Amino acid sequence: MTGRWRDLAWAGAGLIALLLVPVFGAPPAIRDFIMFGMAYGLLAMSLNLLIGYSGLVSFGHAMFFASGAYAFGLAMQSGKFSIPAAFALAIVFTAALALIVGAICVRLNEIYFAFLTLAFQMLFYNVILGWVSFTGGDQGLMGGIPRPKFLGIDLADRTQLYVFCCVAFIICIAILRQLVTSPFGYTLRLIRDNQERAAFLGVNVPLVKLTCFVISACVAGVGGILLTLFVSGAYPNFGFWTTSGEAIFMILLGGSNVFLGPLVGTVILRLLNDITVTYTSHTELVLGIVILILVLGLRKGPLDLIAERLENRRQAAAQAVRDAADAGAAETRKGGS
Amino acid sequence: MLKLENLKKSFGGVAATRDVTLDFADGSLSAIIGPNGAGKTTLFNLITGRFPIDSGRIVLAGEDISGLSRREIVRRGIGRAFQVASLFPTLTVREALAAAAQAHQRRETSMLVGFPTAAAMKHADEVMELLGLTRVAGILSRNLSHGDQKLLDIGLALALEPKVLLLDEPTAGMGPEERWRMIETVQRLWRARGMTLIFIEHDMDIVFKVAQTVRVLSYGAVLAEGTPEEVRRNPLVIEAYLGKSAHGTAEGAAA
Repeated sequence: MTGRWRDLAWAGAGLIALLLVPVFGAPPAIRDFIMFGMAYGLLAMSLNLLIGYSGLVSFGHAMFFASGAYAFGLAMQSGKFSIPAAFALAIVFTAALALIVGAICVRLNEIYFAFLTLAFQMLFYNVILGWVSFTGGDQGLMGGIPRPKFLGIDLADRTQLYVFCCVAFIICIAILRQLVTSPFGYTLRLIRDNQERAAFLGVNVPLVKLTCFVISACVAGVGGILLTLFVSGAYPNFGFWTTSGEAIFMILLGGSNVFLGPLVGTVILRLLNDITVTYTSHTELVLGIVILILVLGLRKGPLDLIAERLENRRQAAAQAVRDAADAGAAETRKGGS
Repeated sequence: MLKLENLKKSFGGVAATRDVTLDFADGSLSAIIGPNGAGKTTLFNLITGRFPIDSGRIVLAGEDISGLSRREIVRRGIGRAFQVASLFPTLTVREALAAAAQAHQRRETSMLVGFPTAAAMKHADEVMELLGLTRVAGILSRNLSHGDQKLLDIGLALALEPKVLLLDEPTAGMGPEERWRMIETVQRLWRARGMTLIFIEHDMDIVFKVAQTVRVLSYGAVLAEGTPEEVRRNPLVIEAYLGKSAHGTAEGAAA
């Protein structure tokens, strides 16, 4: 219980910190950085629900990022929907897509799961590219995304858009946090660790995986919606495999065993990207080197390393408790005989 | 409680289980013995739905459960521990047992409450108390000693409050003293829970001392069954399974 209050306090503090940024008159570049970071952060955080918590390594997660973006963008361009309605519609569409893709994929394991998700993503990407009359093909959704006022909120205003995105972002993070600290979250860990045994505990493994897959897709979809609102457009590369790869990099750069690890990874990746791009056109080279160092040197994300230290300390304490108990038991056995 | 009627199972051309008919009485403690490859673990795999049976019937408390999924069989009250402990390496003992308990309480997909629920925690604590695992509650499953891993494996099954508990070699890989301590724990929980317990065991001293009834499997078929005394005297068993060492074992048990 106390844990949940603490988490809520963190969420509130995070929201206030984000909202204070414009108050202090930060340059627009910083605000833009945060907006991009929130959109991609949701992509990485939601992917880690699959990779880190459930052991489902998906290579096609950006498909849902793009489906949220395109469904929202198209709904708004049709002029028939308000922003909240289009938002809901985009999530429902993404959930339906994830339900179909997930139902086929979650029965497969490891590399087969990874490649089938990748295949579906490429299919989705090619539909976006090919259906020019509907999606604009490789030009993306052109002509801007209309942002009519709703409930007195005007997202055409940069500050209001920023606040809206911050709130949506924090709500999504809070939902993910609740999920991973709930019984459902621990059932995901059971499946990650040993799905065979989980089934012998009465867990409906495919159903739990599918549920996780759909929820994760919806959160990625919200990330796509935020990005669409921000850049006032949607582009095929939202759903290209490199975007999925970037999300995996973010998880690697931060850490998959710490809740906020992927978010930290998002910040690191985007910082690296923004900094290197100013000095060189070989951004990928720099990124590649950093990731090689992390993977070969640390073998895990930096936050994982810290978490591991803490865990080792807890384990040492728990083992001390056991050793004391065992010594006591041996003593009584000796005394008894 | 648990009845197996004419169970048959082949893998390719190899008959792993041929026409096994066994009846395990409610609340009984039975051992299954047999040489390596006799089909003991296969029998457990058939009962728990890991493999589908080719023909025959499995009846639990009057209900035909043959052909049901693993999960449905678990839900009906058949729990199982494995020959090689099958655990959740990154969870602590308490977390793993609470997760198993919440699955039993049908709360494994709850999203709106925190883990662990009070009910699951209480249940996990009881299981830890019963098995003497309270002292390792905070240790990650992967850091447990071999004996504690075997205990946790049994604990995961116990958390489901099974009517029938299947233990596949609970004493595998243990030293002589540790074996006896383990089998005492098994006896204690059998008495405490009043369930039907079936275990596979290689140590004849343990089998003949602990089990109420013994079933002998050989080449996938039931070779003999009865009380330890009857089985020990059965010439078929002596010839086919115990062989020359029968004499020595009988002496050992008598001593």
